[in-house]
Amino acid sequence: MLEIGAQQLALEIEAGRISVVEATNAYLDHIEKNDRHYNTFLALDRERALKRASEVQEQIKAGVLASPLAGVPTALMDNISTKGMATTCASKMLGNYEPAFNASVVDKLEEAGMVILGKLNMDEFGVGSPGAFGPVRNPWDTSRSAGSGSTGAAAAVAFGGSPLSVGTDTTGSLRQSSAYCGVSCIKPTYGLVSRYGIVASASLDQAGAVGRSILDASCLLSIISGPDQKDGTCVASEPLELAQNFDGRLDGLVIGLATNCLPGKVSAEVKAAVLEAAKQLEEAGAVVEPFEMPYTDLAAAAGYVISAAEAGSGLSKYDGLKYGFRSKTATNLDELYRESRSEGFGYEVKESIILSTLLLSSEYYDRYFAKALQARTLVKDAVDNLLARFDIILSPVANTTATHLGETRTIEADAFTVAANLAGLPAVSLPCGFGEGNLPIGLQLMAKPFADQLIIKAANAYQMRTSYHTQRPEVSS
Amino acid sequence: MGWETVIGLEVHTELSTNTKIFCGCEISFGAPPNTCVCPSCTGMPGALPKLNKMVVEYAMRVGLALNCTIERNNRFDRKSYFYPDLPNAYQITQLYAPICTNGHLDIEVGGTTKRIGIRQIHMEEDAGKLVHDSSVGGTLVDYNRCGVPLLEIVTNPDFSNASEAVAFLEKLREILLFLEVSDCRMEQGSMRADVNVSVRKEGEPLGVRAEMKNLNSFKAITRAIEYESARHIQVLENGGALVQETRRWDDDKGASFSMRSKENAQDYRYFPDPDLLPVNISEEWLESVRSSLPELASHKRERYIETFGLSEYESSILTSHRNIAALFEAIASNSSQPVESAHLVSGEIMRLMNNTATPPDDLAVDAEKMSTLVGLVANGRINRKTFKDAIELVFTDDSIDPEKYIEDNKLLMDSSDDAVNTIVDAVLSENPDAVKDYNDGKSKAFGFLMGQVMRQLAGKGNPDLVRKALTNALDS
Repeated sequence: MLEIGAQQLALEIEAGRISVVEATNAYLDHIEKNDRHYNTFLALDRERALKRASEVQEQIKAGVLASPLAGVPTALMDNISTKGMATTCASKMLGNYEPAFNASVVDKLEEAGMVILGKLNMDEFGVGSPGAFGPVRNPWDTSRSAGSGSTGAAAAVAFGGSPLSVGTDTTGSLRQSSAYCGVSCIKPTYGLVSRYGIVASASLDQAGAVGRSILDASCLLSIISGPDQKDGTCVASEPLELAQNFDGRLDGLVIGLATNCLPGKVSAEVKAAVLEAAKQLEEAGAVVEPFEMPYTDLAAAAGYVISAAEAGSGLSKYDGLKYGFRSKTATNLDELYRESRSEGFGYEVKESIILSTLLLSSEYYDRYFAKALQARTLVKDAVDNLLARFDIILSPVANTTATHLGETRTIEADAFTVAANLAGLPAVSLPCGFGEGNLPIGLQLMAKPFADQLIIKAANAYQMRTSYHTQRPEVSS
Repeated sequence: MGWETVIGLEVHTELSTNTKIFCGCEISFGAPPNTCVCPSCTGMPGALPKLNKMVVEYAMRVGLALNCTIERNNRFDRKSYFYPDLPNAYQITQLYAPICTNGHLDIEVGGTTKRIGIRQIHMEEDAGKLVHDSSVGGTLVDYNRCGVPLLEIVTNPDFSNASEAVAFLEKLREILLFLEVSDCRMEQGSMRADVNVSVRKEGEPLGVRAEMKNLNSFKAITRAIEYESARHIQVLENGGALVQETRRWDDDKGASFSMRSKENAQDYRYFPDPDLLPVNISEEWLESVRSSLPELASHKRERYIETFGLSEYESSILTSHRNIAALFEAIASNSSQPVESAHLVSGEIMRLMNNTATPPDDLAVDAEKMSTLVGLVANGRINRKTFKDAIELVFTDDSIDPEKYIEDNKLLMDSSDDAVNTIVDAVLSENPDAVKDYNDGKSKAFGFLMGQVMRQLAGKGNPDLVRKALTNALDS
């Protein structure tokens, strides 16, 4: 049962060959038995998940669920608010916090009859690695990193702890973690998925979907996307329409291959895998044209400055007064702020807050933040121009395969992914080969805002011609 | 060369929308603590602000009335500081791109008109309230006020003295009330002003300014400006130097005290709020707000003078408050007697409000009943005394039916010509001496005869009709 994909599982459940409780139990057992190697789940509530599974089974029997993933288990990154279920952002600061409301994506998942298995590990508040509950380990090699930020969301799907997951992507974290872990993901157009109830920095961040194949991930995206009255930045007028009948042909499609992204800091194995993928897309009928991607340095720096500044501002609400961690040693208000924040946040989060404070200070605002906003506009205009020439831009996701745990991350790691966040574009990460040590390599496809359907079509054509996405790591037990 | 004082104002006014600026929570003053709250206005992790369009409309109304440019693409910024009444540790406001800029308002002081520049108007959220509670031995936070919409109206430093500042605030208050965007109750804090004061020798550049806070009445503003400008002059004349600072006005002590100097000012780390999209105002939206703009007091005054022929004095009484103007207009239109209605409201109603200490905000008079009475007096069906008595009754007790009261007390005037003529004839034949006096040119005799007729009509006589009938009878 753990071998079949999410859409297939939904069909089996609909046909009555597998019950929702059976499916939920199978995943819970697998997690309980094997997750100790990977550390992907922070909270697992068997009782709650099974109760929910029986309710959904009843709804399916009664024929009141029209969703394509009814009864399918899923898991959520722990920055997504779940009513009555701890939502910690992998921080001591929110160690005991239980939201009184659901994120809008959670409401949508529940309306669609999906079963939430539990909450997934991540970098602390998406910015501090590792989180308060230790690092996520890469299922292909547990001495390796599972990416950055949204690590649990990718690794859980990779080792079979969940057929699907929802995670967030600020400068490329969901795509990079997916590339490192050999799973497929889509970071949709900014404004396609509600951000309400998701604890994250803001203008770059979108929730995306992870699955074993791009069609599974897209099916999940069709459920979590769509308008939301509670989020003014969620401009989508309707959910992503789930296309049927892709025939694997890409005739007439013009794909730009970012050649200047390939030499230099990109490893030879990654370069070879991406060029091979370009060939596959050509064979499917697309025209591949090489081009020079402009402003890659600027894009990485702008993404770094904007995400750090916004993250620090968003973290200021954790003051020890309303919820979460409160220092016991403080004797007055100033001490309460200082001690609660000093004790509650991890080292890298504090570093990020200090950086944010500097970037937004009146003395440095013009030198850094204002320049980053200008750079963002430059990058956005440049990418918009390129996407007038190309339907899709092809590049690696990351310059190498998974790094060793504890290795310092550089901002070059975001060089390929951050443009999609700065410009609000949809992008996918797909497994496209294996490098040394049998570590997965990822490719990225990026398109115009709201051309999500088009990249899904291209990604699916690629997966119809290749089998990298079907390969699973050997799960040690 | 003498000293001159330079004053600028920052006026905060609470908008009277039904719901908060960034969430759907109801605004209800006096509600039990923390009952008008939600995840968004209490800063729960992941909750987002969602802009209330009514706040934008209210801001547009004020901007249009103050002759501002309405910025078609404005946006919100975060102002960061830690305080327990600020759940996100930042206030959402507009610094870099406010909704209204570059306006003006003309004020009249001492018979001359002065134009005051409006630098900008921006929208922002209010913070919560700290409640010091001795029963728990500490301080509690009430988040009900978090997210109540505010407008901040910033003027240029165009005022030279306290009376100009107060004239501006009075006129601004009148405009905000007529626009129906705020209650403007200073004593309840729904309108508050910070005052920037500096002094300079005539013709010299602007001096070092002090920002005065905690000014809760026009009187406090006047005293604070006078105190502060005198203090500045004194410091400078004694060879001292001023520092740019924020000062708190203590109205009891009649003095201002330093709160913080510019050097110790907080860095608020303003930056564009990424949770809110820029506010785009379409031509259609702006036009619909412009065309539905409530009529302002100054326009009403002109209209009353032009179309009803009212005096300037009477018109300004009628437009002294939105409720008074509304009452006048309702009575005038129901009764089709604008002049009579104007006299009633500017005279009798104002007198009754005064006597009963009714503030215009609480004015609740049944305009329909008033118009009935206006119709009766204007058509000579009741006399002035009956009219005045009935008005007072209806004013103090709106359950009274004026028509029934007049009928029950038989106060309707006998206005048939026959009845009056019969009595006139009788009075003339009973008083031949007076008739003779009248014919001899003694005008006093007319008054005597008039009184006789009125007495016989037992208070129900219409003096105009009687005068006419008497004159006819005597002169025929």
